[in-house]
Amino acid sequence: MPTYSASEVAPFGADRETAVVAGDGGLQIASRLRLSLSGIVASLAWLAFGVSCLRWPDIGDWPRTEAVAYTAFVVAAGILLVTTAREALGKFGAGVQQRAPWFLALGAFLTLWEVTTAKFGWLPLPFFPPPQSIVEVYTDDLPKLFDSAFASIKLQLGGYFIGAAVGFLTGVSIGWSRAAGYWVHPILRFIGPLPATAWLPIAFFTFPSSWSASTFLIALATGFPVTVLTWSGVASVSTAYYDVARTLGAKPSFLVLKVAIPAALPHVFVGLFMGLGSSFAVLVVAEMMGVKAGLGWYLQWAQGWASYANMYAALIVMSLLCSGAITLLFKVRDHLLVWQKGVVKW
Amino acid sequence: MVATALAEQASFIAAGASLDIDHVSHAFDIDGKALPVLDDVSITVAPGEFVALLGPSGCGKSTLLRLVAGLEPPRSGSLREDGVAITGPFPSRVVVFQDPTLFPWRKVWDNVALGLEAQGILKTQRHRVDAALELVGLSSFRNAYPHQLSGGMAQRVALARALVNDPKILVLDEPLGKLDSLTRITMQAELVSLWQRTGVTALLVTHDVEEALFLANRVIVFSDRPAKITADIAVDRPYPRHRGDAHLAELRRQILGLLGLDATW
Ligand SMILES: Nc1ncnc2c1ncn2[C@@H]1O[C@H](COP(=O)(O)OP(=O)(O)O)[C@@H](O)[C@H]1O
Ligand SMILES: [Mg+2]
Repeated sequence: MPTYSASEVAPFGADRETAVVAGDGGLQIASRLRLSLSGIVASLAWLAFGVSCLRWPDIGDWPRTEAVAYTAFVVAAGILLVTTAREALGKFGAGVQQRAPWFLALGAFLTLWEVTTAKFGWLPLPFFPPPQSIVEVYTDDLPKLFDSAFASIKLQLGGYFIGAAVGFLTGVSIGWSRAAGYWVHPILRFIGPLPATAWLPIAFFTFPSSWSASTFLIALATGFPVTVLTWSGVASVSTAYYDVARTLGAKPSFLVLKVAIPAALPHVFVGLFMGLGSSFAVLVVAEMMGVKAGLGWYLQWAQGWASYANMYAALIVMSLLCSGAITLLFKVRDHLLVWQKGVVKW
Repeated sequence: MVATALAEQASFIAAGASLDIDHVSHAFDIDGKALPVLDDVSITVAPGEFVALLGPSGCGKSTLLRLVAGLEPPRSGSLREDGVAITGPFPSRVVVFQDPTLFPWRKVWDNVALGLEAQGILKTQRHRVDAALELVGLSSFRNAYPHQLSGGMAQRVALARALVNDPKILVLDEPLGKLDSLTRITMQAELVSLWQRTGVTALLVTHDVEEALFLANRVIVFSDRPAKITADIAVDRPYPRHRGDAHLAELRRQILGLLGLDATW
């Protein structure tokens, strides 16, 4: 399995530092110089971004250009300071140093973006807004964006937790009890593979509110993978575990709670991850189609006004939220499954 | 080491129970056909006796142990512990399987505590878990996860997990089968001293004739499947036994002959 972890992948730099300390002096100086260099270059990239904002006049009307330029200068100075004084700054310094190549890439990208949009208009304008117009959305349209994000989180959390809980309980029941499997399995096979969004038109009419309809759909999208994987997890628990527990005096409730469920937990988490992914999709569609709130609705609304900067701004927020949710789930999993060898880092 | 630990825990395990296996036959259904596995097996084990079962692989030894444990009912015949019919699993008869089958999500201490927890008496009996870990010399690994243990250590934990329940009958299904020969010799000596000090009744399946002769009062030899008793041999030698003992060597030759292996050695 791949390992996604910024802290472990350093293309040139930081973690080789310690390895070289024991080596000879010349090598050590060379490596230190290279480290400092990566910080300086990253800082220069941000300086370039700031300068590119001020060097040429904007081809449109964007009041935040100067503010963005000065922020870029501050970031450039910050990178330079922190990477130079990294030894005194401990973990924070090391972290920034390690990410210096990324700061460089980001600064270069922003410079390019600035020049190709706001300055020379090489990319067609309404569709490719410059960085300062996106910053402008965050400074001037913050309350609305914030309300939308809050509405999305609320809807997503409610639906996800209901779906995960119901899916988990259903999965355990059909994995454990033959009778439950007899009745639930065919229903699951019939309804489960249907994309939750297919229910959307019906759900919006039959549920008392668009909010409850969306919660139902998100729960449905979450519940199916969680059910199937919990079920397969419980069904695949080795009978040897049950034999051991039974000879030690375990009752059926102990077998379910202390044997089947912990043994199935790695599968359950796979289901929770899949459910999270598909529920995001349902959330956005539901917000676009019916719920008059949330980031999906904000996107729709911005499209109606052809305000592309707002759309990009909302997309960035959305991506941060989704990524944050996945990270959180990984953290919970790592905490609960410490007993597993070689868990993937996010 | 274990012997001294045990001396301090003299009341650790109650004396053994008697075991009656009375005309037991068993079969499995495979593709609708009955596969006979045990054929009219009768064994009477006195309290505190150490009986080893030997037989060709696949003849039904593990199946017999599952019946003794109460994990399955026999097709015919009956089994009794201290005269009381065995109808299901009970912690007075614990099994140590060939694979340690520790629960990977539980730390060593919690694995050993499993039986007491399942019986709902862990809260007041935590010291028994500590004592059992002490007994197998793994106190310092109480917080390790099973994947951090070596094979021998995992098998010791499995042993501690069984002993913590004060069993009256210890059922051992090739518990040392997967260990390297050095660990195995050490564990054999430890099993003997454990059994001697506790007075538990022990029923051991092994594929190793020497191991059976080194450990047991009696060696029972089974035929090919369906398992029938072909010999019941008393091993009348004092403990600790020596592997070079001439009488044991003679018994070994005799048993190998019963297993159809007299041509070798
Ligand atoms: N649960 C089962 N279902 C069907 N056949 C089984 C089952 N358990 C064991 N057997 C069969 O019974 C025979 C005896 O098995 P076992 O008691 O494990 O032998 P061993 O003497 O090697 O321990 C084997 O042929 C095995 O395939
Ligand atoms: Mg076997």
